[in-house]
Amino acid sequence: MSARERMPASAAQLATEAETVIIGGGIMGLGIAYELGKRGRSDIHVIEQEYLTSGASGRNGGGVRMQWSTELNIRLMQESIEICRNFASELGINVWLRQGGYLFLIRSQQELSRLEQTVALQNRCGVPTRILTPQEALRVVPELNPSGFVAACYNPRDGVVFPWPFLWGYAHAASELGVHIHTYTKVTAIEVRGPHSFVVTTSKGTIRCERVINCAGAWSPAIAKLVGVELPNHPHRHEILATESLKPFLNPLVSVLSSGLYFSQSMRGEIVGGITVPDVDDGTVRLGSRLRFLEDMSAELLSVMPCLSSVRVLRQWAGPYDVSPDGLPILGEPDGIPGFYLVCGFVGHGFMMAPVIARHYAELLCGGARHPVFDRCRLSRFQDGSTEKEVMIIG
Amino acid sequence: MSEKCIVCPCEDVTLADVEQAIGLGYLDIDEVKRFTGLGTGSCQGKLCMVTTCQLLQTAQAADPQRVQRQPEAQRVPHPFTPRPPVVPVPLGVLAAGKGADRER
Repeated sequence: MSARERMPASAAQLATEAETVIIGGGIMGLGIAYELGKRGRSDIHVIEQEYLTSGASGRNGGGVRMQWSTELNIRLMQESIEICRNFASELGINVWLRQGGYLFLIRSQQELSRLEQTVALQNRCGVPTRILTPQEALRVVPELNPSGFVAACYNPRDGVVFPWPFLWGYAHAASELGVHIHTYTKVTAIEVRGPHSFVVTTSKGTIRCERVINCAGAWSPAIAKLVGVELPNHPHRHEILATESLKPFLNPLVSVLSSGLYFSQSMRGEIVGGITVPDVDDGTVRLGSRLRFLEDMSAELLSVMPCLSSVRVLRQWAGPYDVSPDGLPILGEPDGIPGFYLVCGFVGHGFMMAPVIARHYAELLCGGARHPVFDRCRLSRFQDGSTEKEVMIIG
Repeated sequence: MSEKCIVCPCEDVTLADVEQAIGLGYLDIDEVKRFTGLGTGSCQGKLCMVTTCQLLQTAQAADPQRVQRQPEAQRVPHPFTPRPPVVPVPLGVLAAGKGADRER
């Protein structure tokens, strides 16, 4: 194999046959490809419609946290952050993980009493989250406006990563293991020939395979439609901005759950943050930038951190959330299509969950242990009503 | 030209960094931007964009197979997506616009 063929950017040609085709070269697709490759199952072609990092994986704020309202998510994220901590040595790339904590500001007594139960659950799982008084929160971030909140939740072990190198790390490691990555290649049709028998048509040619994994994120409903499956998730535009770089001063990521505001200081010094802004949500992936976001974001950010008033915004951009009805992902095979796997509906936290989901998915596909997440997150839960809503969702 | 020659002065991206990205097969400016961090600093690409496009034009011309490898890629070097605002704007100025009565 020549050096050129090993390059992660663009495998020379599509094979006519492969064991696995992964649709979507985001962190889920590349993470699963890497974990499968590590287990000796590298006969994989990853098909990405644009470039690596072009979707939500290259557009998010890089937050990684253990503060959730469901035990499933808490435990998954404890494991995921542990994987993140070893990522640099395992994959030889610096992902700039900084565990400065997450500080959730609470604006009402009602919200506080609800979060007390959530924090107790996190503590039972071994997460050291504490409820802070405003005075205690001011010791963590002295620049906060003390009149804007009644309490705060703080877990010092949450953190932030830089998403881009994370993705390159997975891509290059998967490529080294023999995985083929095809960028700027579109999937146009999927024929189901029978159980574990598919023909995937792309703009680069046609490939037969035993297994198709739909890791297309916000585009996953469109991919599922190609095999006649209607998914309940939908894309939602989420906007975000970065300011000019400042001397490091802000340790945790700060978030206000009631408005969907969050912001942190990156290792490059920028303040990076976003906020919930309503959108049309008609099934189209929209990535345009809006002035309304800049205004809503700036006003809310300054109400929490008035000292940032003269700091200048350098750029804004948008990424697509892949929103599922109950806030939990959609995993596994839909009924009737053995060999077609779903990895979607992560509602803006797919990036932080990818390391742990990729590992357990690869275990499952290699005949290993079946993590409880696959039963809880099966597609059929929306028919039989066995859902449990995750409420600690930002944005 | 020395490989320590700077292409992006805001983020300290050198010619060697860009050539490494090109060597890995990243021939589109959106890939080079996200692989090297070029163009994401205080000038937002105003200083590095032209140089990078020239380097990519040469690299793309030297790789006629790219059409087969990346059928959906753009065929000519292009600037990366411009991000608002055009010039840096203070948060306080933007916050003052909230709720203004206008079409947006």
